[in-house]
Amino acid sequence: MINKVGREIPHEVLNLTGKKPYMGYLEFDNYEYVKSAPKTRAVVDPTRTKLVSSIDEALDKCDIKDGMTLSFHHHFREGDYVVNMVMERIYARGIKNLRICATSLGKAHDSLVPMIEDGTITSIRSSGVRGGIGEAISGGKLKGLATMCSHGGRVRAIESGEEHIDIAFIGAPTCDEYGNCRANGGKSDCGVLSYAMVDAQYADKVVAITDTLVPFPNAPASISMINVDYVCVVDEIGNPAKIASGAAKPTTDMRKLKMADYCTQVVINTPYFKDGFSYQTGVGGASIASTISLAEEMKRRGIKMGFGVGGLTTPMCKLLEEGLVDKLVDTQDFDLGAVESIKKNPNHIEISASEYANPFNKGAYVNKLDFVILASLEIDTKFNCNVVVGSDGIITGAQGGHPDTAAGAKCTIVIAPLLQGRIPAVCSDVTTVTTPGETVDVVVTDYGIAINPLRTDLLDALKDTKLPLKTIEELRDIAYKIVGTPDPVKFKDRVVGIIEARDGTIIDVVRQVEPVE
Amino acid sequence: MIHPNKNRLRRTMMFLNCQKPGLIKDPYIYAPDSIMLDLEDAVAENQKDSARFSLYHALQEIDYRGIERVVRINGLDTEHWREDIRVCVAGGADAIRIPKTQYASDVKTVDMAVEEAEREFGRPIGSTLLMAAIESTRGVVNALEICESSERLFGIALSGGDYTKDLQTVISGTGVELMGARQNMIIAARASGVQCFDTVFTNLDDMEGFEKEVRMIKMMGFDGKSIINPRQINVTHRIFTPTFKEIDFAEKVVTEIDEKKAQGIGVFTVNGKMIDIAFYDGAKRTIELAKASGVYEGDL
Repeated sequence: MINKVGREIPHEVLNLTGKKPYMGYLEFDNYEYVKSAPKTRAVVDPTRTKLVSSIDEALDKCDIKDGMTLSFHHHFREGDYVVNMVMERIYARGIKNLRICATSLGKAHDSLVPMIEDGTITSIRSSGVRGGIGEAISGGKLKGLATMCSHGGRVRAIESGEEHIDIAFIGAPTCDEYGNCRANGGKSDCGVLSYAMVDAQYADKVVAITDTLVPFPNAPASISMINVDYVCVVDEIGNPAKIASGAAKPTTDMRKLKMADYCTQVVINTPYFKDGFSYQTGVGGASIASTISLAEEMKRRGIKMGFGVGGLTTPMCKLLEEGLVDKLVDTQDFDLGAVESIKKNPNHIEISASEYANPFNKGAYVNKLDFVILASLEIDTKFNCNVVVGSDGIITGAQGGHPDTAAGAKCTIVIAPLLQGRIPAVCSDVTTVTTPGETVDVVVTDYGIAINPLRTDLLDALKDTKLPLKTIEELRDIAYKIVGTPDPVKFKDRVVGIIEARDGTIIDVVRQVEPVE
Repeated sequence: MIHPNKNRLRRTMMFLNCQKPGLIKDPYIYAPDSIMLDLEDAVAENQKDSARFSLYHALQEIDYRGIERVVRINGLDTEHWREDIRVCVAGGADAIRIPKTQYASDVKTVDMAVEEAEREFGRPIGSTLLMAAIESTRGVVNALEICESSERLFGIALSGGDYTKDLQTVISGTGVELMGARQNMIIAARASGVQCFDTVFTNLDDMEGFEKEVRMIKMMGFDGKSIINPRQINVTHRIFTPTFKEIDFAEKVVTEIDEKKAQGIGVFTVNGKMIDIAFYDGAKRTIELAKASGVYEGDL
């Protein structure tokens, strides 16, 4: 069956998953449903301790068994130790057929590959996967399907009951013996625990794993004791050096500066650039440079930002310090500057992933965005973006909040260099659609800027600027002229994963990749 | 007939290493006036062949969208320069930069080899322009005869690194050691009607020093500056952008001279300044600079 973005979703995949094909980003507006709820055991006896001596004891008490769904969060990013230390103990027990529901998986979790190969892990839900796990899935080693979803889509699936978590494991930088978890203090600060908040609310069993046990009450708690079953103290939950890099430095790469300048010019020439506007941007060099140059323009014109959303970095936190933004709402910290900021600035606020981006709640922050600045591996002439599957066909990235913010923001700007090495970033058809073109408004490249023809208002607003406006087809043609027209990636028939739209429909499938000869 | 591009605008000439194909495809996005595709010092001795290969294909395949393509060939004291010239001409380079030029005869030698290559590859005779890099005290002393050595030659350029070695001093950052060479070269170039370009500024972290130097060489009369990083382009173009007052004055000069010439008047005043035909070329150049900088809205 062909969906709204022109991708064929095989009937067997629709039957297997019980899902519908993607039919447009507003299809579920006003959708009514009953929220799911976890199984809960009352703790009435005040003498009962939640502390366990080891992960093994926690697993015993959670009655871990074959076929369960286990959840993890990725605030520790490439410095995460929690996934591996839990999965190693489960592996040792010979438990099989597990589903991993993680907010994201990266190279830090390559040790899960043998577990995929031997059927310990048979299905995965994640924002995306990098490294060995991505290669294993694309190589057809996962027995079931991988579901790649957005941050908002994952929360939707959990809250609506589509995805039920048996045990949630929460890496807590600090925790007291009764389970109050905070992201700050201790040896492994990660800034916020936004993604884990929803897991803690909806999982049947919740295990907090910490390397810094603090006196009760650890308040105000990001995750409350009322949702935590067990507390396990370990030596280290993560490597702080890899959790967050140092303060993001402004780039000196002229290509990125040029794109940042274009991006700023686009922003300031739209009608949304006015006092109280809202903004989200990422961690890439061009995004950071764009934030810095936008700040200069804001000062020049006396315009202040109402709120910023993130994924936050130091430059956004500096805007807060300088009084150029009223509030920052935070789901993840990308550098130490952001981690420090939330500790000291009362207007830097931790929000849950549901508040951030869930399309099925009564309104998320992404819906209030004026601008979002995003990156993409590929963009096609229908403005569809691919942020998950590499041009070689191998799963290598994560959706994160990409489709959520693109759908919510009034002006979605995607920045990408026209060529990523020898690979055209603007192409006729993306390898895999992750963000629908109907939600992408402007594509900024080093070779010019394309505006989605659906946005006649933006075309009007920008037509008299000196910006190098081109059609998306012109950008593609320049890319193809420089490096040639790429051959399509060779895939086998077998579907190894689905790209789930934020509303739970299927926007595309990922097939097993043919080994390169 | 004067080559139509001989006097074109050349505020920035950006060096790009032909050994790195990834670099040489990109000038369009930075928009210098000219690029200097380097076969000489930036290319390792055992990579000269592959650099030529990349150069040929870049010249043939990449649409540089009006950016002038100059190639720095290897020195006449090497075994490479003849083949470099053949590849430049076969590929259709706009111009060739001769390194370490000391005598007029150096330019003449290259001129002949270029003509030979133009015949070999069916290019119009005289279509490949030349420029000479002056890198020695001898070259500075001979600047005038170098400037007058060939119809193909559109300009000379100072190469400060080698020149200061020859002078037995170092680049100080103050410019004092280059002052004599700069003065001699700009005077020779102006006297013979060719362009003159300043040396590179190598400290990329010192943008303040760079800006100061560009302001100085503009004031001295230089046509442009050699650039080693795209970061230096916008600064140079900004400094070479005429002010609205300058543009307004230049417009009046050009219009008035055209009108007064028809009326048989040689000398007159504009904004209280005495003007004659000698001001014409300067005013035209100001208009050209204003057009290139995107700030000109008139119809001259």
